Amino acid sequence: MSNWVEVGTVEEIPKLGSRVLQTPDGDVAIFRTADDAIFALRDKCPHKDGPLSQGIVHGHNVTCPLHNWKISLESGEAQGPDEGCTGSYAVKVNDGRIQVELKSQS
Amino acid sequence: MKEKLVLVGNGMAGVRTLEELLKIAPDKYEITVFGAEPYGNYNRILLSPVLAGEKSIDDIMLNTIEWYEEHNITLHSGKKVVNVDRRQRKVIADDGSEEPYDRLLLATGSNPFIIPVPGHDKEGVIGFRDIHDVDTMLDCARRFKHAVVIGGGLLGLEAANGLMLQGMNVTVVHLMETLMERQMDPVSGEMLKQELETKGLNFLMNTQTEAILGDERVSGVRFSDGSEIAADLVVMAAGIRPNIELAKRIGLHAERGIVVNDTMQTFDPKIYSVGECVQHRGETYGLVAPLFEQAKVCANHLAEHGIGFYEGSVTSTKLKVTGVDLFSAGDFIGDETTEEIVMKDAANGIYKKLVLKDNKIHGAVLYGDTVDGAWYFQLLRDQTDVSDFRESLMFGQAHLGDSGHGGENAAAAMSDDMEICGCNGVTKGCVVKAITNEGLFTLDEVRAHTKASASCGSCTGLVEQVLASTVGDYSASTKATPMCKCTDHCHDTVRAAIRDHHLTSIQAVRDHLEWREPDGCASCRPALNFYVLAAWPAEAVDDPQSRFINERVHANIQKDGSYSVVPRMWGGLTTPNELRAIADVADKFEVPMVKVTGGQRIDLFGIKKEDLPAVWSDLNDAGMVSGHAYGKTLRTVKTCVGSEWCRFGTQDSTGLGVQLEKFTWGSNMPHKFKIAVSGCPRNCAEATIKDFGVVCVDSGYELHVAGNGGIKVRATDLLCKVASEAEVKEYCGAFIQLYREEAHYLDRTAPWIERVGLSYVKEKVVEDAASRKALNERFIESQKRSQNDPWAERVSGKVAADEFTPLKVIS
Ligand code: SRM
Ligand SMILES: Cc1cc2nc3c(=O)[nH]c(=O)nc-3n(C[C@H](O)[C@H](O)[C@H](O)COP(=O)(O)OP(=O)(O)OC[C@H]3O[C@@H](n4cnc5c(N)ncnc54)[C@H](O)[C@@H]3O)c2cc1C
Ligand code: SF4
Ligand code: FES
Repeated sequence: MSNWVEVGTVEEIPKLGSRVLQTPDGDVAIFRTADDAIFALRDKCPHKDGPLSQGIVHGHNVTCPLHNWKISLESGEAQGPDEGCTGSYAVKVNDGRIQVELKSQS
Repeated sequence: MKEKLVLVGNGMAGVRTLEELLKIAPDKYEITVFGAEPYGNYNRILLSPVLAGEKSIDDIMLNTIEWYEEHNITLHSGKKVVNVDRRQRKVIADDGSEEPYDRLLLATGSNPFIIPVPGHDKEGVIGFRDIHDVDTMLDCARRFKHAVVIGGGLLGLEAANGLMLQGMNVTVVHLMETLMERQMDPVSGEMLKQELETKGLNFLMNTQTEAILGDERVSGVRFSDGSEIAADLVVMAAGIRPNIELAKRIGLHAERGIVVNDTMQTFDPKIYSVGECVQHRGETYGLVAPLFEQAKVCANHLAEHGIGFYEGSVTSTKLKVTGVDLFSAGDFIGDETTEEIVMKDAANGIYKKLVLKDNKIHGAVLYGDTVDGAWYFQLLRDQTDVSDFRESLMFGQAHLGDSGHGGENAAAAMSDDMEICGCNGVTKGCVVKAITNEGLFTLDEVRAHTKASASCGSCTGLVEQVLASTVGDYSASTKATPMCKCTDHCHDTVRAAIRDHHLTSIQAVRDHLEWREPDGCASCRPALNFYVLAAWPAEAVDDPQSRFINERVHANIQKDGSYSVVPRMWGGLTTPNELRAIADVADKFEVPMVKVTGGQRIDLFGIKKEDLPAVWSDLNDAGMVSGHAYGKTLRTVKTCVGSEWCRFGTQDSTGLGVQLEKFTWGSNMPHKFKIAVSGCPRNCAEATIKDFGVVCVDSGYELHVAGNGGIKVRATDLLCKVASEAEVKEYCGAFIQLYREEAHYLDRTAPWIERVGLSYVKEKVVEDAASRKALNERFIESQKRSQNDPWAERVSGKVAADEFTPLKVIS
């Protein structure tokens, strides 16, 4: 069953930044890139659970604040030789309002 | 339709060019490769360990047949190209097959030079170049006894060592007095010879070969003095010649090698060439590091990105004979214009010689202890002026007191299970395995794959040694290291562009210098943010998204995602009131741990991000501000008791410390900065391992700079002595400003001063009063904008309000 939740507006997230959506199943990091694309990932790095929402966003990637793994915002996959993946969530943006589909937690 | 690219020569340089090309323009060409050898691409360098029985052929494959398939590259292995029709643009192979091209890349490598003495074409006379040669040697070693290696250079000695380990009785014949005379001076050459003799090799020095004896197969060798020795196998290792056979046949301009320009283009604009077959600005190369640089430039031009020029390389070498440690670089023989520093400890088998010219390293030979090879090589390439540390140069960069790698400084002596990287728990075996399995060649690649030396970096020298002994010499030899993967410019160029072109934002820098990634990466963004702020304090606007999380939220992130909070305690002083406020905060927010730091203040651990503003608000109310324990800025000013109480105190060290802290806090810097003030030479505040240290004496104040107590302990250099507190402050401000204006981002003062030299800093800060005053003025000016407590700003709710609240909470 799909469970689309409205979480806020694009304007509420800084460009090249992230805000956190707290859910009963754990935090979800919502990212906004330079081209205003919005992505949602589980807020836990595949390496040692670092909070990805606190990282530096560049291109469609975020660099984890704890040990610098680079994670793709599109897939949640670690880039380069590092291996691992964090769950990602489908996102829709209408009129600047962001919706996240919460069931697909992986 | 895609353009067609044909590569002739399936070797290290050619395939590296394809790899570089696939990285930047994966879909530009339909690629076809011709290789005379019947394999994928392998690491030729590692033929020596294969011969020595330390590795197998499978271990040294770089690109397997599957790799070519995966990348849609058509590989014709075992086919030699015999002609090229340059008019119709097609290549013709020895089996008659043809392949059209739009661009042609020649990477035909080189051939061993077979000395044309009578009998050189007999069976059992070979070179040492490819898998076939190694197979022949291994086969001979099983069937015969006597081997003669002609040539006592790198290749010859590696061949001789391998054959000996395979059980043969080996004699090395060398024309010269000194082994490896291109890499060694007579003393170290002799030490090497003795060591190899102990291992069981025989040498005939100053000996010229006259003829190879035997019927069909070789049976012996005769020398010019008439003597003869028995031989079942003769390996000619007397040098290599660029393979320009094909180029000549097709009328392409070639001298010693195929002549190319700085973009690796030959005289035919459709044809490029890289590798040992190439002659660039009159030089040919026989080591992979320069070839890989050529590959990168060539790929760039094939991709029509049109940036990057090859400007030649300086190379260094290492001998790959297990157990023998040898390094050499540059001109290590010297002449009447050079000077030498020599260290010889024959009993320990150690010899080091540095050749200096105008106080710059001109060449180096290290034997027995090569741990500092990479450092000397760096100094050589950068042409660093070494006069300020000349007397300690010979003792190397590694010091007693370096932390994190168990005091080891010779990787060769370490066993596979010993830990190299203490931060990430990486063993030597792990590094070796990654290098061989993944086909790694550079320090960056090893860091990416294993994390060894990727954190604090103290084991970098060891990792470089393992790399060198595993893949041979690979040392990248570009002069200036680019800031990061987004650009080819180095820190200094970027800083100069920001100043000279009045670039006041990160975006302006990236546009002006044509950054490859539109928003840069996590490594260049914080650096650029600092550079524009430092250069244009009145105009540049801080970009919080380009700051590391700690600086963005003004607290240190912990492994569980919580934060720690350290309020400032000026000069290490506190009051009952402050302590009470800290205790109250600890109670109110149920702080899990309270700790006294190594910097004379108190740290509250495990604060939730949402609670930060409330914690700060309470601390602000008691008069405390941020201690910047998270920042690239002034951290602590440590003080001792001083003249007010201490029976030995000569000056008011505590009071001066507080003044210095009030003066310097809040400033943006390339890295963190620590100050200390001790009241007498007993130095209880450890001022001589700080970035700026003051040691009070009866007659005034000694100013010490560029100390470091961290990963690599470095005691300070004495800057000068002054008489008054006002002067201490002026010199301090000037020193900090020079560091802010000129150091690379993430340089502490210690590595910075080692690069620019103490003399330079003295010139700007001590000798030239006008320069000192101007620097200090600029520091004071920039401080006017820096000294706002970031905590209070956030408590007010006017700054970064969104940072500390979730976007939404779903229950
Ligand atoms: C809290 C403290 C340890 C303690 O409990 O005593 C500490 C904690 C950290 N130090 Fe330190 N250092 C602390 C005093 C020191 C000292 C001692 C001193 O300042 O007298 C040193 C050696 C002196 C020096 O810097 O020259 C020190 C050398 C380092 C280094 C190595 C720096 C170097 O250039 O070699 C790092 C790594 C870095 O900065 O890249 C580091 C990095 C860190 C970090 C920031 C690691 C990180 O990036 O997360 C630690 C943060 C822990 C945290 O979550 O709060 N810390 N650190 C000390 C804080 C002092 C303060 O009041 O601000
Ligand atoms: C035993 C040994 C140890 C070495 N140790 C080191 C070391 O420690 N450090 C270091 O930096 N370097 C070392 N080198 C040198 C290094 O291997 C070479 O510099 C490097 O391999 C040269 O690369 P290349 O692509 O120019 O030539 P190669 O790797 O030789 O590739 C050229 C390829 O082209 C093929 N070819 C030639 N003509 C044709 C044709 N007409 N048609 C089709 N194919 C053709 C050849 O068969 C060959 O496979 C060593 C070399 C050897 C042999
Ligand atoms: S506080 Fe310093 S020494 Fe201790 S673990 Fe952290 S970085 Fe390492
Ligand atoms: S937890 Fe993200 S890199 Fe280690």
